[in-house]
Amino acid sequence: MELNSHIPSGPLAEKWDKHKAELKLVNPANKRKFSVIVVGTGLAGASAAATLAELGYQVTAVTYHDSPRRAHSIAAQGGINAAKNYQNDGDSVWRLFYDTIKGGDFRAREANVHRLAQVSVNIIDQCVAQGVPFAREYGGTLSNRSFGGAQVSRTFYARGQTGQQLLLGAYQALSRQIGLGKVKMLNKKEMMDVVVVDGRARGVVIRDLVDGSIETLMGDAVILATGGYGNTFYLSTNAKACNVTAAYRAYKRGAAFANPCFTQIHPTCIPQSGDYQSKLTLMSESLRNDGRIWVPKKQGDTRAPGDIPENERDYYLERKYPSFGNLSPRDIASRAAKEACDDGRGVGPGGKGVYLDFSDAIRRLGQPVIEDRYGNLFEMYERITGENPYEVPMRIYPAVHYTMGGLWVDYNLMSNIPGLFVLGEANFSDHGANRLGASALMQGLADGYFVIPYTIGGYFAKGGLTPVSADAPEARAAVEETTTKVQQLLGINGKRTANSFHRELGKIMWDKCGMARNAKGLNEALQEIPALREEFWQNLTVPGTGAQLNQSLEHASRVADFMEFAELMVRDALHREESCGGHFREEYQTEDGEAKRNDADFTYVAAWEYTGAGSAPTLHKEPLVFENVELATRSYK
Amino acid sequence: MNLRLHIWRQSGPTDTGMMKTYDLADVSEHMSFLEMLDVLNEQLSERGEEPVAFEHDCREGICGSCGMVINGRPHGPLPRTTACQLHMRTFKDGDEIYIEPWRARAFPVVRDLVVDRSSFDRIIQSGGFVSVNTGNAQDGNTLPISKKDADYAMDAAACIGCGACVAACPNSSAMLFTSAKIGHLGALPQGQAERYDRAENMVLTMDAEGFGACTNHYECEAACPKGISADFIARMNRDFVMAGLLNR
Ligand SMILES: Cc1cc2nc3c(=O)[nH]c(=O)nc-3n(C[C@H](O)[C@H](O)[C@H](O)COP(=O)(O)OP(=O)(O)OC[C@H]3O[C@@H](n4cnc5c(N)ncnc54)[C@H](O)[C@@H]3O)c2cc1C
Ligand code: FES
Repeated sequence: MELNSHIPSGPLAEKWDKHKAELKLVNPANKRKFSVIVVGTGLAGASAAATLAELGYQVTAVTYHDSPRRAHSIAAQGGINAAKNYQNDGDSVWRLFYDTIKGGDFRAREANVHRLAQVSVNIIDQCVAQGVPFAREYGGTLSNRSFGGAQVSRTFYARGQTGQQLLLGAYQALSRQIGLGKVKMLNKKEMMDVVVVDGRARGVVIRDLVDGSIETLMGDAVILATGGYGNTFYLSTNAKACNVTAAYRAYKRGAAFANPCFTQIHPTCIPQSGDYQSKLTLMSESLRNDGRIWVPKKQGDTRAPGDIPENERDYYLERKYPSFGNLSPRDIASRAAKEACDDGRGVGPGGKGVYLDFSDAIRRLGQPVIEDRYGNLFEMYERITGENPYEVPMRIYPAVHYTMGGLWVDYNLMSNIPGLFVLGEANFSDHGANRLGASALMQGLADGYFVIPYTIGGYFAKGGLTPVSADAPEARAAVEETTTKVQQLLGINGKRTANSFHRELGKIMWDKCGMARNAKGLNEALQEIPALREEFWQNLTVPGTGAQLNQSLEHASRVADFMEFAELMVRDALHREESCGGHFREEYQTEDGEAKRNDADFTYVAAWEYTGAGSAPTLHKEPLVFENVELATRSYK
Repeated sequence: MNLRLHIWRQSGPTDTGMMKTYDLADVSEHMSFLEMLDVLNEQLSERGEEPVAFEHDCREGICGSCGMVINGRPHGPLPRTTACQLHMRTFKDGDEIYIEPWRARAFPVVRDLVVDRSSFDRIIQSGGFVSVNTGNAQDGNTLPISKKDADYAMDAAACIGCGACVAACPNSSAMLFTSAKIGHLGALPQGQAERYDRAENMVLTMDAEGFGACTNHYECEAACPKGISADFIARMNRDFVMAGLLNR
């Protein structure tokens, strides 16, 4: 396997412009001769599909949702970053670039991150032009707020529904192209495999979720914008249907999977309330602007929060990280919460929670101001927990939120399979070992609106694509394999549901490959996961048939892939003998419990190659070269 | 708590369907309504019966997937709350709960509680956008928009496309949904160029999809989990009339 990042030469700030100038173009009349399959219509996929259709390509878009507007991107609350410097507070493309590289603990490519910071400003302009109702100041200008890990105010937002408004913007642009007949939109179809012909991605296998039919779609390039794999852990803030199938099946066809163990645990989520819990709910990071996080100083203190006097409280983030305090980056805040709970000082049922307390802010600013800022979130909290956060502090606990790892891509966002491009959360490209708040929306839209429209043209202009049909042996074989797999799942006739297996897998992952990891636990997971997988294939029950809407079957098929993929995550976590960003190996920490990076040995992207069922994957290393920033210890003290 | 559930079961679009009764024991008041259905589905699956199909994804009240009529009301008894955000503490031991799909000609049942809402997508495709290609848009701040207008547009844009408005309306009208998009874009300077054509095209598509007319019952507004105001309907009607005058 050859991994060439294709980073353009030249000074960092000029690479993207130079690259765009050097890319060969496809002339307008020829564009309609090329067909592109876009799998996934979240922010990344919808923006790509719309833009490519505007340029004249023939686009087919696929989603398992009943409408593109339902993609997981819809749930993003807080905002989107851009280096506009409207606040005149010292922001710049360079600073956004630097914050992102540092926030990612120096495990991302400089060139990609710099391009992201550069196009961030265009995203805001584009979204405004589409009619996205961003928050405004009284004078009519765009409003900003702050997010963790940054000391400038560069986050644009639309109430607590930024993801919704950005996705609707992209969805509307896509709808326009569908209405014009330029995009063929396939809803309720799940991609099950990539078809590779002569070493290039030339199609996908899709299963119709309503009638169960399985067929191939052929094209000249395939774009995967299929989101992240946080649901490997079962409980996460992701939408229920988020899964790894598209990326994992591409991996099994030869695409390298990069840094699978880099997972983000978000510090402020509503704690689990019982075994029936189906997902976890995020409380936006913006709450940490005014909320103070604390636990009792004494272990096992069961007094009501109001009965614990000030001097018996530990505001541990303010104590440990005085300069960023409650706005410390996510990985750091999450670990600190875990530490406090492991120390027996957690609050609420099972001691799995810490307080996020607004009483100071309410005293200082008055309840109406807090209502205005966070009313929606407080309401949501009360709806879920039955507690009124204006009166008692919120209880929060970290939860799996985002996955920085993903399919390996080069500077053009192309995987190592020519013609297979990967955008948005599904790729590994920009966030290193930890993502900063409000940067995922930025990346998804950067990829879809401003990067892929150029780089895919470069791929087509190189030529060499010969016609292929759905009758190609590779296409037929892929359909055959998918059909067999579906039949297998339906034919086990065991006793346990996919959900119960998924829950058990999630528990193994959370306990052994979660917020803190160590070799012993990871090695245990490497025993437990295959054993659970074996039971899955012997004792699964999937009621119903494959010829109608069957949600149990959909879930079982996704869990089957999580079962294999989880092992890859664990392997990656075990091999990376350092702590960086969201990957905290207990063996590698400083005396005061901070992450200890090992730049000498691990400044690389770990890209894994599939080598067949039952055989260990091969590790390939893409060295990360830092020419513009100095690798510093990441400190928020 | 122990509950008796009456749930609409329909194996496919051509099946006639019927209500079936299930008893569910030991429901925790902390569960969400959908988690309660998850528990039922686990039990059904373990018994070898087919679980109840229902749409859901975010479970945070924002994706608009979950849609079901609970005791005769779209999304259940609480105002401004989607089914996924409804919690069992709203119910009590011994309750009987009736659960049905959205019922409207333009939303055919796919299975059990799942309906086909693609008609909503087609309404948007006929005009629910600003026709601007990706490219060199002008700087965002060169187009000042008053906070009042931005907030007003946002009130309309908050629609999650769940279809509760249609399910609540005695005429199965999609006026609230359609007017929310027309109101959002029509309130902003970016949306002015196409304002009247947009209103006309979207309203005509809405009619062609088989949604009914509005006869001012305001059930849509009461059922909307995002509290979208029926005032947007009046605004849409004005824009539609204007379109007729301008395009004559
Ligand atoms: C609660 C929450 C809040 C967040 N808040 C923020 C925030 O404030 N700011 C920020 O920057 N980021 C935020 N994020 C992160 C951000 O929302 C996501 O990373 C981002 O939206 C992902 O976009 P995407 O387009 O890559 O994927 P998604 O939106 O996940 O879309 C994936 C698409 O792929 C389709 N798909 C997947 N697999 C298949 C398949 N096999 N076949 C067919 N279709 C398939 C799906 O149907 C969907 O259309 C938040 C995340 C969560 C969970
Ligand atoms: S599941 Fe998304 S709104 Fe209810």
